[in-house]
Amino acid sequence: MKYFEAIGKYFLMILEVFRRPTKWSIMKTLILKEIDDLIYGSLGIVIFISFFVGGVVAIQTALNTDSPLLPKYLVGFATRQSVILEFAPTFISIIMAGKIGSYITSSIGTMRVTEQIDALEVMGINALNYLVFPKIVALLLYPFVISISMYLGILGGWTASVLGGFNTSTQFIEGLQIDFKPYHVFYAFSKTFIFAFILATIPSYHGFYMQGGALEVGKASTTSFVWTSVVIIIINYILTQMLLG
Amino acid sequence: MIVVENLHKYFDGEPILKGISTSFEKGKTNLVIGQSGSGKTVFLKSLLGLFTPEEGNIIYNGETYSEMDDSQKRDLRQKMGMVFQGSALFDSMTVEENVMFPLRMFTNDPISEMQERVDFVLNRVNLTDAHHKFPSEISGGMQKRVAIARAIVNKPQYLFCDEPNSGLDPKTAIVIDNLVQEITREYDITTIINTHDMNSVMEIGEKIIFLKDGYKAWEGSNKEIFKTDNEAVTNFVYSSELFKKVRQMYIEERN
Repeated sequence: MKYFEAIGKYFLMILEVFRRPTKWSIMKTLILKEIDDLIYGSLGIVIFISFFVGGVVAIQTALNTDSPLLPKYLVGFATRQSVILEFAPTFISIIMAGKIGSYITSSIGTMRVTEQIDALEVMGINALNYLVFPKIVALLLYPFVISISMYLGILGGWTASVLGGFNTSTQFIEGLQIDFKPYHVFYAFSKTFIFAFILATIPSYHGFYMQGGALEVGKASTTSFVWTSVVIIIINYILTQMLLG
Repeated sequence: MIVVENLHKYFDGEPILKGISTSFEKGKTNLVIGQSGSGKTVFLKSLLGLFTPEEGNIIYNGETYSEMDDSQKRDLRQKMGMVFQGSALFDSMTVEENVMFPLRMFTNDPISEMQERVDFVLNRVNLTDAHHKFPSEISGGMQKRVAIARAIVNKPQYLFCDEPNSGLDPKTAIVIDNLVQEITREYDITTIINTHDMNSVMEIGEKIIFLKDGYKAWEGSNKEIFKTDNEAVTNFVYSSELFKKVRQMYIEERN
């Protein structure tokens, strides 16, 4: 019952986010600040993780498919499929649920604890629009982060594969090109847009409606990470079934 | 002027405010006092519209809050200034940006005019060299003054202060009290202050409401509070030895 109540409250929050918009001159500044915090601030960790995980995927594939009956280009093919279909859109999103999700929950939660949200409401400002809408707009650029992750994941795979002596560069690139379906990229970016919306709204919900003090801010951040990850995984399953099944 | 009629507020079925009726006049510093847990903050937040009372009416200059539509409520809120207990300044903004925030949000004035107004109110609260500092870089007393400046920058008709002296040293507390009283008279606004600071009660309490367990137990002025025989008030106000002696001296002088 408690979960149904929370789901209902979440959707009511979404409706409120799009009502009574904040003045554009202020909203513009907020959106740019959120792009800096949520998108630009995430690039470092995404670049680092993507490159090395792409490398590991290539090495694991090479080590587990060393039969002479299997073509050498398989390493490039498997790396491409793993990175584009799942690693970049889904697993980077789960990592982002930890990084930007906990940042969103703790920053909004701290505003709640220190009565800054009350201050906005007393002034007659729609606090949900003021706080959450810029995050949703900023995360429309999230597919850009994911495209960088895809590129660097594959580059990491190529580097590990060629430098590790598992493949030649030509064999790896042949694997990348073989049986390429542009629809898979469409599928990956469709998921990414939905995950971006989840990443902006679920942590905001946990921060906005938290009650208590500093300890509760920490608890809300943890709960927010758990629920954002769970929802991403469930939505990933549903979308994969719908779009590829 | 604000009139409160039979205000009731419940949380999880438990009554917090139990039929409070009173009025707050314009140009006066009205104090709401009472022990922690007596319902002061809930009362103030109900007046601000942050809590919706289950029963009763709050009437602002003849207009009942519960009968207003959303846009009227928004207009009313723009006429309110609030100083929160912890100041509630926006961490990510400088002092100047905090004070300018209501102007940027609700007016279309040119930036030079906004800047002029911000300089004026910061000067009014005796803060002339903190414009570009962040709230974390200034003292608690300065934060309170910034909060007052932000509350009055848009020329409000109603000023609410939730324990403006909490966490301040006695000297700074008096400065804040005097500042609020001066501003109330200067701008002829309705000011309501939640406090349990007895110095504030004695110094600036032109009208005092005493809350006990969600009821209004007493109402009067700082002059009348010396004379009252209301046991709840005397137990609260004269709980310290110092104030007991002050009262004793007053009674002896009177006799």
